[in-house]
Amino acid sequence: MAEPPLIDLIDISRVYGTGEIAVHALDGINLTIEKGEFIAIMGPSGSGKSTAMNVIGCLDSPTSGQYRFNGIEVAGLSQDQRALLRRHYLGFVFQGYNLLPRTTALHNVELPLIYKGMRLAERHAAAAQALAKVGLAERIYHDPSELSGGQQQRVAIARALVGNPQVILADEPTGNLDTKTSVEIMEMLLKLNRDEGLTIIMVTHEADMADYADRLIWMVDGRIERDTRKAEAA
Amino acid sequence: MLWETIRLAIQAIFRNTMRSFLTVLGIVIGVAAVIAMVTVGQGSTDQVTADVEKLGTNVVMVLPGQDTMQGGPGGTADPMFTLRINDTVEAEIADVALSAPISQSRARAIFGNESRRTDIVGTDNRYFEAARWDLHRGRFFDPADLQSGKSVCVIGETVRESLFGYADPVGETIRIKTLSCEVVGLTKSKGASTFGSDQDDFVIMPIKTFHRRIAGNTDVTTLFLSVRDGASVEEAMDDITLLMRDLRRIGRGEEDDFEVLDMKQFATMLSGITDILTGLLSAVAAVSLLVGGIGIMNIMLVSVTERTREIGIRLAIGAQARQVLMQFLVEAIILSLIGGLLGIALGLGLAILGANWLSIPFTPDPLIILLAFGFSALVGIVFGYFPARRAARLDPIEALRHE
Repeated sequence: MAEPPLIDLIDISRVYGTGEIAVHALDGINLTIEKGEFIAIMGPSGSGKSTAMNVIGCLDSPTSGQYRFNGIEVAGLSQDQRALLRRHYLGFVFQGYNLLPRTTALHNVELPLIYKGMRLAERHAAAAQALAKVGLAERIYHDPSELSGGQQQRVAIARALVGNPQVILADEPTGNLDTKTSVEIMEMLLKLNRDEGLTIIMVTHEADMADYADRLIWMVDGRIERDTRKAEAA
Repeated sequence: MLWETIRLAIQAIFRNTMRSFLTVLGIVIGVAAVIAMVTVGQGSTDQVTADVEKLGTNVVMVLPGQDTMQGGPGGTADPMFTLRINDTVEAEIADVALSAPISQSRARAIFGNESRRTDIVGTDNRYFEAARWDLHRGRFFDPADLQSGKSVCVIGETVRESLFGYADPVGETIRIKTLSCEVVGLTKSKGASTFGSDQDDFVIMPIKTFHRRIAGNTDVTTLFLSVRDGASVEEAMDDITLLMRDLRRIGRGEEDDFEVLDMKQFATMLSGITDILTGLLSAVAAVSLLVGGIGIMNIMLVSVTERTREIGIRLAIGAQARQVLMQFLVEAIILSLIGGLLGIALGLGLAILGANWLSIPFTPDPLIILLAFGFSALVGIVFGYFPARRAARLDPIEALRHE
């Protein structure tokens, strides 16, 4: 295996505060994720799964440890350098959708491309294509307020996809949705993983949703307690 | 990228049109006030200059008494002039082209059922020449009118309007006190002077007629002189003062009992007042620009807080801190530039109205407009920077969690 793993966390800690009141949100995590995996991170509240997600997503820097992304050390990068990393390699899907209000679906999806410096016409085309992929070709000029929760989450997925990232980080993507819509969203993520080989890392506390993943990471108190792979069908 | 940022800013501004409008209102009012003040001020200065030109920068007036300009006693105690003094001044001082004797009082002019209280002036044709009056109809005075003091008069436009409406007054007879006098001429209108007084409100008759039939004495109340072209007005005024002292037998060390004024003094005094007023009002307007800037900063800060989540989203999808900074800074600058443009339009509109109302010329100064525009951009930069920096320094995780 000459190629380094996509994500390699080595003894990562994240500590908030100092001394007596220091909180160890992550306490020496070791985790290796290969390209094309679909991973679910579960655990009780306060177990550090969101912090892990933020560190992997380069929104947060670990207090100690090494984080290699495609073999490149990113733990010590500046904020602007991490922004570039997010821009080119990562896509985010949040529980609360986090779309810009009073802004069309098309423009929301275009947003990452603006920062990539893509020209208007190209951007439009790419955003429309991403929206078509999530089944919203008919609704590209709708504002988020005119879309259902499931549709908004699909716009968010299109926004995460549009920049051709290597990883999609989904933070409780179905947390605000009913079961039927949740299944739709999960099917969509699964399809992206299977068809396009996208690596997906998802935080959830719904076991049904975690079942879609190939690998389950169970966290407690800032540590990984279990790391299980779904048995391959023989 | 800059073009994108500008597009983004414009979108953000028009996503909340009402609030954006209220935000820039301070700038609009400030810029409008400055533009209107300066333009109207400039217009009135131009008007003073034009008035002085019209009357002639070479006009000098001699009045009995001292400090007539300051509203002092104004020659009630001091002796009046005489026709002889007038003619001596004209003859003796080479730089004086002509000197018109003027006597005047206020009286009612009557024609049929109409009447008007107006200035009754006794003088001769030299006054028409020195004060640059042109005829609209009829004629000025004949030598015969002047010599024998005939009952004839030349009237101004305002008097004609009051007494005759739109009819031709020439040949009609009007009555002033016990005098019936024939209108032989009508002057061309000069309109209101900068001093606000109606320059066309008079009845002029030969001075002999005035002395005999209206005043009952032979006093001359004003000498109205015109200095020869090319000659120095100041030197002429010195010469006039010396000669007048001599003629009125004022001893060494005694004060003048008359005053020599030229139009420049009026003009200087008046534009001085205009300048001070313009300066003061512009200062007030500048303060309101500052307040407008603070208003922009306030709203931008609110906007940053309100859009914390949006900033978080942008940071998460790969915006760098300086791109967020630029976005908010550009938004503030565009906001204040929009305010500046609206203010310039409003200010020019107000200046046109003001110029119409004061009947002064409308003379917009491109420099001031440019300055106002530049200043509003500066306001945007200065007052937009702090909120923009605050936005750029947000932590993406915190910002995304913000409700």
